[in-house]
Amino acid sequence: MFSFILRRLAIAVPTLLILVVLSFILMYAAPGGPFNSERPLPAQVLANIEAKYGLDQPFWKQIVNYVWNVVVHFDFGPSFQYEDRSVNDVIAQGFPVTLTYGFWSFLLAVVVGVGLGAAAAIKQNSWLDYLAVGISIGAQVLPNFVMAPILLLIFTLWLGWLPGGGWNGGQWEYLVMPVIALSTSYMASIARITRSSMLEVLNSNFIRTAKAKGLPMRRVIFKHALKPTMLPVISYLGPAFVGMITGSVIIDIFFSTGGIGVFFVNSAFNRDYSVIMGITILVGALTILFNLVVDILYAWIDPKIRY
Amino acid sequence: MTMTKRQLMASTAAVLMLTGTAGFAQNAVPEGTELAAEQTFIYRVGDESPSYDPGKVEDVDGADVVRDLFEGLYNQNEAGELVPGVALDHTVSDDNLTYTFNLRDNAKWSNGEPVTAADFEYAWKRAASPELASPYAWFIELMSLENASAVIAGEMEPDALGVTAIDDTTLEVRLSQPLPYFPQMLTHGTTFPVLQSNVEEFGSDWTRPGNMVSNGAYVMSEFVPGERLVRTRNDQYWDNENTTLDSVTKLVIADENVALTRYLAGELDRTDVPAGQFPRLSEQYPQQAMSVPEACSYYYMFNLRDNGPEEFKDPAVRNALSMAIDRDIIVDAVLAGGQKPAYYFTHWATAGFEPPTIPMADMTQEERNAEAKALLESAGFGPDNPLTVDLVYNTSESHQAVAVAISQMWKQTLGVETTLSNQEWQTFLDARGTGDFDVARGGWCADYNEASTFLDLMQSGSGYNDSKYVNERVDELLATAKTSEDPNVQYTEIEEIIAEETPVIPIYHYAAVDMLNEQIKNWPVNNFEQNWYSKDLYKVAAE
Amino acid sequence: MPAYSSDAERLIEVSHLAEVQGRSLWADARSRFVRNKAAMAGAFILIVIAFFALFGQLIAQYERDMIDFTLIGANMQKGVPSIETGHYFGTDSSGRDLFARVVQGTQISLMVGIVGALVAVIVGTLYGAVAGYAGGRTDDVMMRLVDVLMSIPFMFVLILMLVIFGRSIFMLFLGIGLISWLDMARIARGQTLSIKNKEFVEVAHATGVAPFKIIMRHIVPNLLGIVIVYATLLVPQMIIFESFISFLGLGVQEPNTSLGALISQGASNMAYGVLWQLFFPLGFFVLTIFGFFFVGDGLRDALDPKDR
Repeated sequence: MFSFILRRLAIAVPTLLILVVLSFILMYAAPGGPFNSERPLPAQVLANIEAKYGLDQPFWKQIVNYVWNVVVHFDFGPSFQYEDRSVNDVIAQGFPVTLTYGFWSFLLAVVVGVGLGAAAAIKQNSWLDYLAVGISIGAQVLPNFVMAPILLLIFTLWLGWLPGGGWNGGQWEYLVMPVIALSTSYMASIARITRSSMLEVLNSNFIRTAKAKGLPMRRVIFKHALKPTMLPVISYLGPAFVGMITGSVIIDIFFSTGGIGVFFVNSAFNRDYSVIMGITILVGALTILFNLVVDILYAWIDPKIRY
Repeated sequence: MTMTKRQLMASTAAVLMLTGTAGFAQNAVPEGTELAAEQTFIYRVGDESPSYDPGKVEDVDGADVVRDLFEGLYNQNEAGELVPGVALDHTVSDDNLTYTFNLRDNAKWSNGEPVTAADFEYAWKRAASPELASPYAWFIELMSLENASAVIAGEMEPDALGVTAIDDTTLEVRLSQPLPYFPQMLTHGTTFPVLQSNVEEFGSDWTRPGNMVSNGAYVMSEFVPGERLVRTRNDQYWDNENTTLDSVTKLVIADENVALTRYLAGELDRTDVPAGQFPRLSEQYPQQAMSVPEACSYYYMFNLRDNGPEEFKDPAVRNALSMAIDRDIIVDAVLAGGQKPAYYFTHWATAGFEPPTIPMADMTQEERNAEAKALLESAGFGPDNPLTVDLVYNTSESHQAVAVAISQMWKQTLGVETTLSNQEWQTFLDARGTGDFDVARGGWCADYNEASTFLDLMQSGSGYNDSKYVNERVDELLATAKTSEDPNVQYTEIEEIIAEETPVIPIYHYAAVDMLNEQIKNWPVNNFEQNWYSKDLYKVAAE
Repeated sequence: MPAYSSDAERLIEVSHLAEVQGRSLWADARSRFVRNKAAMAGAFILIVIAFFALFGQLIAQYERDMIDFTLIGANMQKGVPSIETGHYFGTDSSGRDLFARVVQGTQISLMVGIVGALVAVIVGTLYGAVAGYAGGRTDDVMMRLVDVLMSIPFMFVLILMLVIFGRSIFMLFLGIGLISWLDMARIARGQTLSIKNKEFVEVAHATGVAPFKIIMRHIVPNLLGIVIVYATLLVPQMIIFESFISFLGLGVQEPNTSLGALISQGASNMAYGVLWQLFFPLGFFVLTIFGFFFVGDGLRDALDPKDR
């Protein structure tokens, strides 16, 4: 187990390196620099700016410098677009926001999804089952860029219950709509997976034996069925996590939450190389870490797995 | 989503007159007005500004903030005319090269220190210095300050710049050439003072709330990048008594439809009207929807480079494409926000500009279409040999709507096949700058309120002439106009040449289309450059 | 964007059972599939949608890019869906026939989905088969590479590519293809590992058939079943993916359109009394995705005797 974790961490290093080099090359190949403007800047002003950001250096030197600063000083450099701030500032401000609503979305998706799916499986073919299946199928395909404006119209304009956006330090009323919009489709997927996995487990021999022995149903489910049911759910968590990070772009656009999603899109559109790279690397590292956690969780629940 | 930043307009009105009683700004609130208990103003912007450092601010939204936080030598009033700011007045030398400003002695920084001429000297030299590498350093050059170019290029020390504090309340400025509209440029953020001790204490962190010391009517009290910026009343401001609004909040809301929803839910006092929604909103909320002329022209440019596409070198083809565009549909149906159809390049509301008579403007669209068909046929294009056009525009819903409509007008009237390609701002600028297009979208906003700011684009050597249009007569007329008694004579001739040769197709003249809470009063609707100051606004009680 | 990795994992398990049983399994699977109502409904929906995409243009009364200039700006009153005017689905905000546009949007979305899945099938299958068949160090290196690539936030990289190199259908396909083959490679490899020790493969190996030929002749054909099932589940994922890209304004160029682009436009006009601009494309989007879900699930269940 320990050596497995070590091996996985060892892969993380080349992965991140590939990510850095790949995005750096993409940026470098881009037509039009970050300082293009409708009024072409006087050559001298442009030269001054480029010198300030080290863009006048040869390619290999730029990339070596960059990697060095990131690895040794954990410094992603200055932002090109937000002139008074560094990439570290941008991340330090946007990332906790994304993490906060991401965490609640994740929790909601897992708890409600598993609950709904398990309930549907236990009461298979009841009205509860049909309702759960119906809701989850519908919710799964409704794009969140449709869901978000619907929520806004209902809760902000018509009912006037919730503020239509902003963050305000993460007070709960600012969290509700982002969390719903972000979590719904994952909740639905998790419910679907839980349901079919639970059905499979409930039909398996060892559960039948347990039931035959006369154990109470509740005990059978919590003691024996739940753990194996969770395996496919857990393996879905990795992709769900990546999807939520990507989905934060939409949340930030609609609810003006100021998370890293909107910074990423703005930087991509404005050629803010350093912010793009900082966010990409961070998300990459986080994905690796999260997948590792998922794998460990998986191994812990399923003793059959050997690494 | 509109990701494009509008470029700043340098504030240079052509009128040179200080209005208002020197030293005593008037309280804007008429007597007997019942003010709202909470004097707050909340407005929407589309994205975060790059910087709020006066030396570096480069976009319109950022400039709006900087105008509240800092105060320059002069301010603008509701009509866009100059009124005293930190400076009470100035004198000009006979050769028009030396300006001496007389500063008020009661201006204070938010930490209580007095604002002195030295603060301006420091700020201007800082803005020009290669060390700061401000993207707006060129503004100092535009102001024609002595040695500006050399300082920016790093060939001279910043100290060589033509600005000197004679004493605490006297600032001397030396220009390299006479510039009639120089005082008008002083309402622009780049010229605002900064406090040297403050900047040096915090380095690049000085613009953060808590660190920043400013001299305007407001101080920055909260800033969450990408979400909100709050500015509250500065009680050290010399005219604090006459300031009414207590706090002004700028919210970043990327999607304009979401912003409108939130406006209608009462969360905002001001937001932009999405394209096409103005008629409905102005009917429903006549007191809130407003449309006023804005100093920009919208046009399409042809690629006229030597190595460019051959078919557009024929003026008949260009003219045909221009004639076939039904501008009334674009203005009334697609945008529907009070914009005006354009048959000439200069914005119709530009100060002192006499709109020329362009034959096409008086024709009906049927006549234009017939003429366009005839022209295109004469150029050898027809059903057997259809013309194809690559049209490039930058990503934005309204640019797209205009491009889609125009491509259909060309198709339905002339049988022209258009390939549309929308590009991200930076890619778009690159394509336009290097000539990788047939026809490209262009928008030009006035640097100052005079026709030459538009027409200079047609000068063959202009850096902004992305068509690469060359016409010696136009160059000659532009040069004459600078010293002409009545430059309108030259401007009219230039507009006529443009109409005839069609290097660009003027499409419409902009209007600023906004929803503004009817409780907010004194909005400067007559300020052509849309420069507003929170200190002049006030909020009346709801009826 | 929901992802369906768990489907992939389940498939790997299923396939172990499937290949043991040989030919009769396919017959069984077919009859099980036919008995599955949801799957048959899904298949029916897909056929109808495919017909709509292919032949819808024939019943459309207008060209998809034709603007009726009398309708722009008066959409709310005059652009409503109506049989009389021939605008069956109404018009979009530029005064174009929405029916014709939905037809084209469906075409493009289906194409994106299918091409994405095809890339996954071709690249992923070959990659996985080669890795699995070669085994040892080669396998190790190849699968580590897949692990590495899986940790890259590809959506972000794709956004970058579209911004930098300009949008085009080709770029979209390339980007989507880049992402989609990874899971497929894993599945194909797992499957190959078990096929590799089968007698017919060992015989071929013993008689000196070249490895590449063995892969193409004996291994890939035996992977097809599972690959097709997974590809069916991949198509809706690609369509959802494309809709996200379109929302960001990075999808296909006007006047072309996709369901994602139409939905995004419809959603932004949601509050302005032109709800049909949202409902029609959204309806087709939802139906298409349901169709693929049901068929994919049905195929998987049909191949999975465990559930009986």
